[in-house]
Amino acid sequence: MASLDDLKKRISSVKSTQKITKAMKMVAAAKLRRAQESAERGRPYSEKMNNVILNLSSGLSDKENAPKLLTGTGEDKIHLCVVMTADRGLCGGFNSNIIKKAKTYFKKLFDSGKTLKIITVGSKGYDQLKRVYKDNIIENISFKESKNANYFDADKVGKIIINKFENKEFDVCTIFYNQFKNVITQIPQEQQIIPLKMTEDETKQSEESYEFEPDEDEILGNLLPKNISTQIFKAMLENSASEQGSRMSAMDNATRNAGEMVDKLTIQYNRSRQAAITKELIEIISGAESL
Amino acid sequence: MSENFNLEIVSPEKSFLKKDNVKEVVVPAFEGEMGILKDHISIISFLKPGIIKISSGNEENSFYVDDGIVEFKDNTLSILTSNIFDIKNSDKSKIQDMIKEAEKDLSSDKLDDQKRFIISQKVEVLKSLSLN
Repeated sequence: MASLDDLKKRISSVKSTQKITKAMKMVAAAKLRRAQESAERGRPYSEKMNNVILNLSSGLSDKENAPKLLTGTGEDKIHLCVVMTADRGLCGGFNSNIIKKAKTYFKKLFDSGKTLKIITVGSKGYDQLKRVYKDNIIENISFKESKNANYFDADKVGKIIINKFENKEFDVCTIFYNQFKNVITQIPQEQQIIPLKMTEDETKQSEESYEFEPDEDEILGNLLPKNISTQIFKAMLENSASEQGSRMSAMDNATRNAGEMVDKLTIQYNRSRQAAITKELIEIISGAESL
Repeated sequence: MSENFNLEIVSPEKSFLKKDNVKEVVVPAFEGEMGILKDHISIISFLKPGIIKISSGNEENSFYVDDGIVEFKDNTLSILTSNIFDIKNSDKSKIQDMIKEAEKDLSSDKLDDQKRFIISQKVEVLKSLSLN
């Protein structure tokens, strides 16, 4: 059995770990509120953007000559996957959930004989993916310096993607991120952004006629690249809220576990202290008796 | 009865401005300035660098925008833009910085005519702002 001193040391070390996890939880909670707010504030923009594009594309007269960003290259060979993760660890299953989702998708692609290219956003995703998919990763972007998700960064990622698309480096682009539902639940998402995919109920509601100035093609050509950046930005916002939420609940659990551990160790410490006292007493008494 | 309609300006980071008593908005649309009143036909257009003028009630506000998309539908005007600021409390040095940056862009020779036109517009508008 561990000596009294060892137990004492363990208790104090668990206690200081608990202090750290508690502090991290509090920081995450404060950041979460901010991230959640900005995620909510960012929603109208991407929703409006989506609406406008829907209206435009449904009113498109000449589908053949529509911009390639909307309809795709017509092929389905090279897939670009943008995996968006956090730059920091210690946030529960946040990063691994995205990676897991992405990996199953990669496997599906490989099974059907497609070529895979990966862009990772955030260093944690790169760390986890480089072990297996080193040759597939073509770019690794990280925004460690920027404190909050901002549109400028998202725009940079968007421009890289569009550049690669224009150079015909891929046919289909999918982004992976965590959607923030609440503090406990974050849902890993895959979203295809090139060519633009629309769900059925979305296409139904847009049957209004619009006046366009200049014509549809030009507007679409201008709008679609912006939409890519917007979608990336949305994903970044959702991601940062999810990251903080996930970290918060992970740290909450850690704090609670540390508390349980301290209780257990304290009981063990007291028992062995008592045992030692009893032992000493017996020794004294039996020594006195034998005199 | 009223001549008013709704206006919403959103930027990627937040909802920038929301008003429901707007009488007229003048936006710098791509093919020239465009005034929008109530019951305008549904329209989608995009913006070039310029000034948005909003008259609502007794006030008149002006904002500078870099680019953006306007959508008018059911008497609601939505303006999506990535860079917007109020002219009244704008920062002079910030405007100077933007002018410098735009002029730097202008001097590179990789631009096509359309982009060059847009950026020179931007410089012009910004310069007129920094004067007064």
